[in-house]
Amino acid sequence: MSAITADLGRTGGFADTIQRFRSRHASWVPVFAAVVILVAMLIGAQAYFGNFVTPRVLSALLLDNAYLLILAVGMTFVILTGGIDLSVGAVMAFTGMLGASMLSQGMPVAVVIPVMLVLGALMGLFVGVLVQYFGVQPFIASLAAMFAARGLAFMVSLSSIRVEEPAILWLQSTRMQGGPGSFYITPTGILALVVVVVGILILQFTRFGRTIYAIGGNEQSARLMGLPVVRTKLLAYVISGVCAGLAGVVFTAYTGASYPLNGIGTELDTIAAVVIGGTLLTGGSGFVLGSMIGVFVYGTIKTAISFLGVDQSWTRITIGALLLVFVVVQRLLVARTARTSR
Amino acid sequence: MNPTLKRFLAHRLVWPITALLVLVIVNTIARPSFISITVQNGQLYGPLLDILRNSAPLMLVALGMTLVIATRGIDLSVGAIMAVSGAVALTYISASPAPEDLSTVLVAIALAVFVALLLGVWNGFLVAVVGVQPIIATLVLMLAGRGVALLITGGFITTITSAPYRFMAQGYLVGLPFAFYVSVIAIVIVAVLQRRTALGVLTEAVGINPEASRLAGVRSRGIIWGAYAASGLLAGFAGILYSSNIMAADANAAGLYIELDAILAVVLGGTSLMGGKFTIAGTVVGVFTIQTLKSTITFLGVPPAVSPLFLAIVVVIVVLVQSPRTRSLFAKGADAVRGGTRRTAEVAS
Repeated sequence: MSAITADLGRTGGFADTIQRFRSRHASWVPVFAAVVILVAMLIGAQAYFGNFVTPRVLSALLLDNAYLLILAVGMTFVILTGGIDLSVGAVMAFTGMLGASMLSQGMPVAVVIPVMLVLGALMGLFVGVLVQYFGVQPFIASLAAMFAARGLAFMVSLSSIRVEEPAILWLQSTRMQGGPGSFYITPTGILALVVVVVGILILQFTRFGRTIYAIGGNEQSARLMGLPVVRTKLLAYVISGVCAGLAGVVFTAYTGASYPLNGIGTELDTIAAVVIGGTLLTGGSGFVLGSMIGVFVYGTIKTAISFLGVDQSWTRITIGALLLVFVVVQRLLVARTARTSR
Repeated sequence: MNPTLKRFLAHRLVWPITALLVLVIVNTIARPSFISITVQNGQLYGPLLDILRNSAPLMLVALGMTLVIATRGIDLSVGAIMAVSGAVALTYISASPAPEDLSTVLVAIALAVFVALLLGVWNGFLVAVVGVQPIIATLVLMLAGRGVALLITGGFITTITSAPYRFMAQGYLVGLPFAFYVSVIAIVIVAVLQRRTALGVLTEAVGINPEASRLAGVRSRGIIWGAYAASGLLAGFAGILYSSNIMAADANAAGLYIELDAILAVVLGGTSLMGGKFTIAGTVVGVFTIQTLKSTITFLGVPPAVSPLFLAIVVVIVVLVQSPRTRSLFAKGADAVRGGTRRTAEVAS
C-alpha cells in the first residue's frame, strides 16, 4: 500500500510536489504573500526614491514600530483563539501615563516597570474574565476595557508627563552599531524582537500554543478533547495585556513623555498588521512571524508616505486598501481550500 | 408572583427603560432644574430638550447599526462615513457662489447623503457578496474613510456660515428642535419598513441562521446588503446634523467613537450582538440612556476626558446583568425563595 502511494507521489513530479506543499502549508501562504508584498514595496520604494533601502531607514523601521510589534504579538495570541482585543492602545496609554507619573514622583524603575506589566496583565485578565465567565463577546468586553483604560489614563493626568528617568531613556537613545554599513539597533528594538521570538516559541513548541490553535480551529472540539479551554483563553488575553503594558514602556521611551491621548487608533493599526500578516480573524490559523511582517509592511507604507511628503492621511487610506486586498485574497484562498478538500 | 407582573418583568424593554428612568430620577434629585422646560419665543428650552436635540446623530447611526447587528454583522465605519458626508456637504457649500440659498444647501445634502449611501453599499458588497467578515470589511472604510474626508477638505477644517444649513441641527420648528424631527422621521420610517412589512422578520431570519434562511428562499444576500446601505445612508444624515451643529467639517473629530456609542446603545436596548431578534424601541431607549448619561457626566463636573471610565462601568454593569451566568444565579436565588414560600404554604394548609 505504501509502495503504491509512493509511486503515485513520484509520477506526479514537480507540480505535484508544489501542490502537496501548498496543501500542507496552506496557512503559510498568506505569510509568503505578505513577504512578497513587503519585498516588492521595498524594491519599488528604492527604485522610486533611490535612497530608501539604506541602513538608516531600515533600522528606523524597527525603532519606530517596536511598540506596534509588541502589541501585534499579543494581539496574534488573542486573534488565534478567535477573539479580538480592542483595548491594547488604551492600555498602552494608561500604563505609560501611570509609569511616567510614578517615575516623576521618584519611584525606582525596578518597581515602575513591573507595576506597568502587572497592570497590563490585570486589564487583560479583566477582559478574559468577562469573555470567559460571563459570555460577553470579546468585542464588547475589550471595548469596555478600552473605555476604562482611556478614562484611567486621563485620571492620572490630563496633560503630558515628561520622563527624565535615564534608565527609560536609555532604552531608546542607545544605538548599538552592528553589521555592515551603519545599521543600528536600540534596546527597544531588541526587546521587540525578543517578544517576537518568545511568542514564536510559545505558539509553536508548547502545549499552551497548540491549545490556542485548537481553540481557534474549533472551540467545541477542543473542549471535548479535554483541553483546558478556559485557562488558555484567559491566558491569551493576559498575554495581550502584558504586551500592551510592555508597549507602554517602549512607547514612553520612544516619545520621552506620556500623553493620555497616546495610541488612539493603535488597536486598529495592530489588527490591520496582524491581518496583513496572514492571521485569519476567525482564529486557528496564523503566525507571530506573519504579524511581524505585517508590522513591517505598515511601517514601510508610513515611511514611504513621509518620503513622498504628502499628507499622512494617505497612510490610513493605503493601509485600508491593503487590508482590503489581503482579506479578499484570504477569502478566495479559504474558499478554494474548502472546495478542494470537499 | 402575580402572573401579570411576571409577564411585565419578562418584557425585554423593562430593563432598558428602568435604567433610563433611574438616570432621569437621579439627575432630577441632583439638580431639580433637570426636568424644567422653559419657553422662550415659543421655543422650548431645557436639559431634556438638549438631550433630544443632541441625541439625533447618535439616534440615526444607532438605527442603522440595529439593522446591521440584526443580520449578525457590525458596522465600524459609521463615524468615518459621517466625516465624509460632512466634508462633502461643507466643501460643496463653501465652494458654491450662493451658500445662503436653500437650493445650494439641499443639493449639498443630497450629494453628501448619496456619497454616504455609496459607502454603505460598498460595505454591503464586501460583506454580502465577497463574504468578508463584517468587522474587517467595515474596518477598511473606518481606516480609509477619515483619510478620504481629510483629502476632500484638503486637510483643513472647512467652516461655513450658511443659515439654511445651520437650521438642520440648530433650528426650531413648532417649538421643538428640528434635529428631533429628523430622528423621529428616521425612527418611524425604519419601524414601518421593518415592522409593518415582512422585511423585519426576514432580517431576523437571516440573523438567526443565514444558511437556513437562504435554503428557505430568503434572499439573504440582498437583505444583508440593504442593511449596510441603510446604515451608510443614516450615517450620512448623521454627518450632516453633526457638521450643521458645529458649522464645520472636522474630518478627525466628526463621529469619533460614535460607532462604539451606537453599538452600546443597541446592546443596552436589548438587541444581541449575535444577531437575530432586534428591537427598534430598545435602541431608541438605549440612545436616550447614553445621551442622558453623557449629560449627567458633564453636569457632575467630571472632565469629559474621564467620561469613558463612567461609560465603561455602565457597559460592564449592563453586560453582566445580561450575561447568562448572572441570570442563572438570579434564577437560582428566585427559585429558592419560591420554594421556601411553597413549603410555608404547605405547612399552613
